[in-house]
Amino acid sequence: MAFPELFMVIPGPPMLSILLWIGLLMLLLYFAREPAHQAIRSLSRTFHASLRLASRSLLLAERRLAGRNKDVLLASSRESMERVIEREFHRVDAVVKRDLAGYPSLQRALADQIARLEEDYRQSSELSPPTPTWVEAVEAVAKIPSNGDPTVSKVLEKIQVIVQNQQKAVMAEYRKNISHRHGLLKRMIPYWRRMTDTLEDVGKTITGLQERSAVIDRRMAEYEEIIANSDRAEQMYASSAMTQFFIAGFVLLIAFGGAVINFNLIALPMSEMVGGGSYIGQFKTADVAALVIILVEVAMGLYLMESLRITRLFPVIGSMDDRMRVRMIWITFGILLILASVESALAFMRDTIAADLHALRQSLVDAPATEPVNSWIPTVGQMALGFILPFALTFVAIPLESFVQSSRVVMGRAATGALRTGAFFLRLLATFGSYTGTFLIHFYDLLIVPPLWIAGLIQGRQRDGQILSPEADHSPEPDHPGPEIKVQEESA
Amino acid sequence: MKQLAWVTTLIAVAACLMGCADTTSRARGVYMLLDTSGTYRTELNKAQSIVSYLLGTLQPGDSFGIARIDTGSFSEKDIIAKINFDGRPSVANNQKRLFKEKIDRFIDSAKGSPYTDITGGVLQAVEYLNESGAGQKHILIFSDLEEDLEKGYVRDIPFRMEGVQVVALNVTKLRSDNIDPREYLKRLEQWRQRIEDGGGSWRVINDLERLDKIIAG
Repeated sequence: MAFPELFMVIPGPPMLSILLWIGLLMLLLYFAREPAHQAIRSLSRTFHASLRLASRSLLLAERRLAGRNKDVLLASSRESMERVIEREFHRVDAVVKRDLAGYPSLQRALADQIARLEEDYRQSSELSPPTPTWVEAVEAVAKIPSNGDPTVSKVLEKIQVIVQNQQKAVMAEYRKNISHRHGLLKRMIPYWRRMTDTLEDVGKTITGLQERSAVIDRRMAEYEEIIANSDRAEQMYASSAMTQFFIAGFVLLIAFGGAVINFNLIALPMSEMVGGGSYIGQFKTADVAALVIILVEVAMGLYLMESLRITRLFPVIGSMDDRMRVRMIWITFGILLILASVESALAFMRDTIAADLHALRQSLVDAPATEPVNSWIPTVGQMALGFILPFALTFVAIPLESFVQSSRVVMGRAATGALRTGAFFLRLLATFGSYTGTFLIHFYDLLIVPPLWIAGLIQGRQRDGQILSPEADHSPEPDHPGPEIKVQEESA
Repeated sequence: MKQLAWVTTLIAVAACLMGCADTTSRARGVYMLLDTSGTYRTELNKAQSIVSYLLGTLQPGDSFGIARIDTGSFSEKDIIAKINFDGRPSVANNQKRLFKEKIDRFIDSAKGSPYTDITGGVLQAVEYLNESGAGQKHILIFSDLEEDLEKGYVRDIPFRMEGVQVVALNVTKLRSDNIDPREYLKRLEQWRQRIEDGGGSWRVINDLERLDKIIAG
C-alpha cells in the first residue's frame, strides 16, 4: 500500500479524506493551543532575554574598555604634555642662562655708563666766570674823586683800559669753557645710546620670557584638564591620536619603501659573502643576512634616538645617567657609521656583480658586449644610497613611537565601536525574536480559526445565559490569554 | 625594559638563524642528454641555445651536467661537461663561461654515433643527480626518442627516479612517423610510461621558444 493511500480513510474522492485530516489537525491544534502558546512564548522570552543579556554584557565591556581607553589616552597625553612643558621650561632656562646670567656684568656696564654720564654731566655744569680779585680795588679806586686832577684821570683811564682788556680775556675764557662743556655733552650722546640699546635688550629678553610664560600657562591649563580627566581633553587628544596614527602610518610606509630599496641594494652582494646556494627555511641565507643588517640598523637607530632623548620607547635608556647616555650615543652612532660604510661597499659590489652578469648574458646569446655610457653614475648613486639609507632609517624611530602610541588609542576605539555595534545587533536580534514569537502565536491562531470561532460562539451564548439569570455570577469569564507577549523591557 | 629585551631577543634569534642554515637542499640539478645519433646530429645547434638559456637561469649552488647519447651511454666517458656552481655569483659566472666554451667546442666537433642508447643515458643521469644531492632534479632529453641499441646491450631495466622531472626536448618526427603518426605517439607514450612507472614526471617541449617552461616548478 502506497503511503498516500494510508491517509485515504474515506473511500471516494480524496478531497473528503483531506478535509477530514485538516479538521482533525485543527482540532488537535485547538486543544494544544494553550501549551503551544506557552511554549512559543517561553521560547521567544528566553531568546529575547538571553540576547538582551548578551547585549548588556557587551555594552558593559564597551564601557569598561572606553574607560580604559580614556585612562590610557589621558596618561599618554599627560606624558606628552609633561614633555612639552618640560621643553618650555628648558627654553626659559636657556633664555635665563643666556641673557640673565650675564645680568651682573650688564648691571656693571650700566653702572659704569651712568657713572660716566654723571661725571660728564658734572663737568658740563655751567660755572659763572670767576670774578677778578682786583675788582673791589678798582671799585675803590674808581670812587676816588678826580677833582680835575690829570694824574687821577690818567690812572682812571688806565684802569678802564685794563678793565676792558680783562673783560675781553674773561669773555674769551668763558666762551672756551662753554665750548668745552658742549664737547662733553656731545660725548655723552653715544653713552646714552648704548645705555638705551642695553635697556632695549633687557626689555626684549623680558618680553621673550613673558611670551614663554604665557605658553607655559596655556600648557599648564591643558595639563590641568588632563589631570582632571575632562571629556574635552579626551576628545581633543583622541582626535590628535587619530591624526598621528595616519600620519605616522604613512611615514612608516615610506620608511618601509626605503628599507625595501636598501634590501635590494645589499641582497645580491651578500650572496658573495654568505653564499648564494644556502637557505634558512624558505629563504635564501643572503636575503636573511641582508634583512638582519637592515633590522640591526633600525635597532641602532632606535637606540640612538632613545639616547638622544628624542623618543621614549625604552625608559631604561632614557633614565641612564648622562655620561652613560653619551657613551651610548657614540657607540650606536659608530655602529651605524660602520654599517653604512659596509652597505656602501656592498652597493659597489652589487654594481660589479650586475655588470658581470650582464656581460655573461651577452656572451651567452653571442651578442657583442656594449659599454654602458657614464657607468660611474649609477655606481656612485648606489654607493651614496647605501651610505645614506641606514641613517635615514634611523629616523624611523620617531614615527614608530607615534604609531605605537596612537595605535593603542585607535585600536581601543575600534574595539569599542565593534562592541557597541555588536550590542546593537544583539538588541535588534532580541527584539526580532520577541516579535517573531508574537507572530508565531498569531499564525498559530490563524491555522485554527474555525474551531476558535465556534468556541467563541459557544462562550458568547454561555455568557448571555449567565447575564439573563439573576444568580449568575457576574464575574467575567477569564479570556483566553491574548497572543501578545509582554516583554519586560529592560533599560538600555 | 621589556621592549628592549624583546628587540634584543629578536636580533639574537635572527643572528642564530643566520648561523644555523637549513640542511634541506634547494639547489637544482640539471642533466641534459644530447642525442648524437646520425639522424639527429644536425639538430645539435639548437641545443646550444638551450644550454645558454640554462646557464643564464641556473643559480649559484646549482649543478649542471651534459652528456651525449651514443652507442653505450651508461658511462662517465659520455659526460661532456659537469659542474657544481660556486655559491659566490662572481665565481659562478666564470664557471658558466668556461662551461659554455666546452659545450660549444663539443658541438662543433661532435661525430654521429651508429646507435642510440637513451636508456643508458637516463640511468647515468639519475645516478649523477642522486650524487649531486640536488633538491630539484631535472633530466632534459634532447632527442627524437628513437632508441636503437646495439646487439648485446641490455636496457630492459626499470627506472628508479622518484622526484625526477624528465623533459623531452625537440622530439622530431621521423620519416616513418610522417607516414604513420601513431608510431610517434606510441613512442612518446612508451617513454612517458617508463618514466612515470619509475616515479618521475614526464613532459614534452617541442617549441624551443618556450624555454622558460623547461625547469619551471
